[in-house]
Amino acid sequence: MNEFVETLLDLPWQVGDPKPAYDVVIIGAGGHGLSTAYYLATRHGITNVCVLDSNFIGSGNSGRNTTIIRSNYGIPESVAFYQHSLEMYQQLEAETGCWIMHSQKGQIWLAHSVSTARTEQTRALMNQAMGAKTDYIGPDEIKRLCPQIDLSGGGRYPVHGASYHHEGATARHDRVVWAYAQGALRAGVHVYQHTPVTGLLMDGDRVTGVQTPKGNISAGTVISAVGGNVTTVSNWAGVRLPIRTHALQAFVTNAHAQEFDPIISSNDLVFYVSQTPRGQMLIGAEYDRFASYRQATSFAYLQACSKKSITMFPFLAKLRIMRSWTGICDVSTDFSPIMGETGVPGFMISTGWGTWGFKAIPAGGEQLAQLVATGSAPLIEPFGLDRFAKEAAMADPSSAGTR
Amino acid sequence: MLWVECPNCGSRPFEEYRYGNVFPVTPDTITDADARNVDYAWMQDNIAGVTLERWFHESGCRRWFTAKRDTTSDEFLPLDG
Repeated sequence: MNEFVETLLDLPWQVGDPKPAYDVVIIGAGGHGLSTAYYLATRHGITNVCVLDSNFIGSGNSGRNTTIIRSNYGIPESVAFYQHSLEMYQQLEAETGCWIMHSQKGQIWLAHSVSTARTEQTRALMNQAMGAKTDYIGPDEIKRLCPQIDLSGGGRYPVHGASYHHEGATARHDRVVWAYAQGALRAGVHVYQHTPVTGLLMDGDRVTGVQTPKGNISAGTVISAVGGNVTTVSNWAGVRLPIRTHALQAFVTNAHAQEFDPIISSNDLVFYVSQTPRGQMLIGAEYDRFASYRQATSFAYLQACSKKSITMFPFLAKLRIMRSWTGICDVSTDFSPIMGETGVPGFMISTGWGTWGFKAIPAGGEQLAQLVATGSAPLIEPFGLDRFAKEAAMADPSSAGTR
Repeated sequence: MLWVECPNCGSRPFEEYRYGNVFPVTPDTITDADARNVDYAWMQDNIAGVTLERWFHESGCRRWFTAKRDTTSDEFLPLDG
């Protein structure tokens, strides 16, 4: 036994089948689905809630990300939203009593050219204006924060400077899911695993419930917190989405001594590196350029990504790739999430989580719960599906996928 | 490794290609002109299954072609199949 095993959470599952009716049915028991249920129950007293998943909890993208928490985005509405989420993560262990292995590391976003350095300076100023702690730093400070870096970038990618996001952090993704599941279950929310939703119940143009192999379940509100197959689910309700699904690959190396403190990203090379609590070096990059639902990793990706990371961190050449995985990302056409009303009564949505879903779990769930309970959630109002028709798309130049 | 069949160059590694998305099709059920524009500009079919899409052989013959692909397996299928 070790501390990782001893601190595993007790999850009080319901026995038997779902009830025939709930106030709220949430499709998808990943981070966003469970956090929405958790906040509905704990902040608004709405406990007649059921969360359904076709597989086990956190089996989708909540368990297939790179666990980075940051708020250094490029448009004011995004920075405000992600900063709120980042602060909620800092309090999550105290609130839930669950150890999520939250670790504040700081995130460094490298610039290898004068124009990128200007982008990073802009990012720092924008972040400061919106309350996120980001500063522009020079090469000496970068070397002090991360002695392993080759500032010459192998002679090809010299480091001009970087934006340093002080509160950048990581947390164990499974534990975040379990923490919300435990909190929700204890508050009386029903969570049913291995219960796929096969269709929606409609009354005219209103969504009134879901179909499952365990029978129909009617609901006052149905929320889709689905990752990957969200287009299929929304098509049932007749909702068109600006979403294309891409594969995002990442990998870890074998364990290395715990000495790599920050999370480091490169804006020009497009990759990021951090070290997990188990000592593995976690490396990821951008999503695959073509649309796909296939959860497969490719040698071409591993090769390209290794080459980029070794260019900046030569010590990585001595490590071996131990494990790789692929999540399927719902990338919205303006690279920002889509939350809230869909235009179809009784049907809400939380999607478009592209490559920025994990960091948004607390605030996304909190705000969606607030919207269900009170009809208003100012922080996510700019991220509604209706923004496209209003010509108010939220094109974020600092999303990981924008380049 | 994923290989893509180019009608001019034959089977080549997919890194040589650029993905050009599917043909945008706005459903007939959307009749309002503005709504059709919004749909054309932003919305995606995002099909999990067989799609008809455009690929550009960027590092080869530099010509566009149409391909049929299953997005759940990344398998390229014969166009007339």
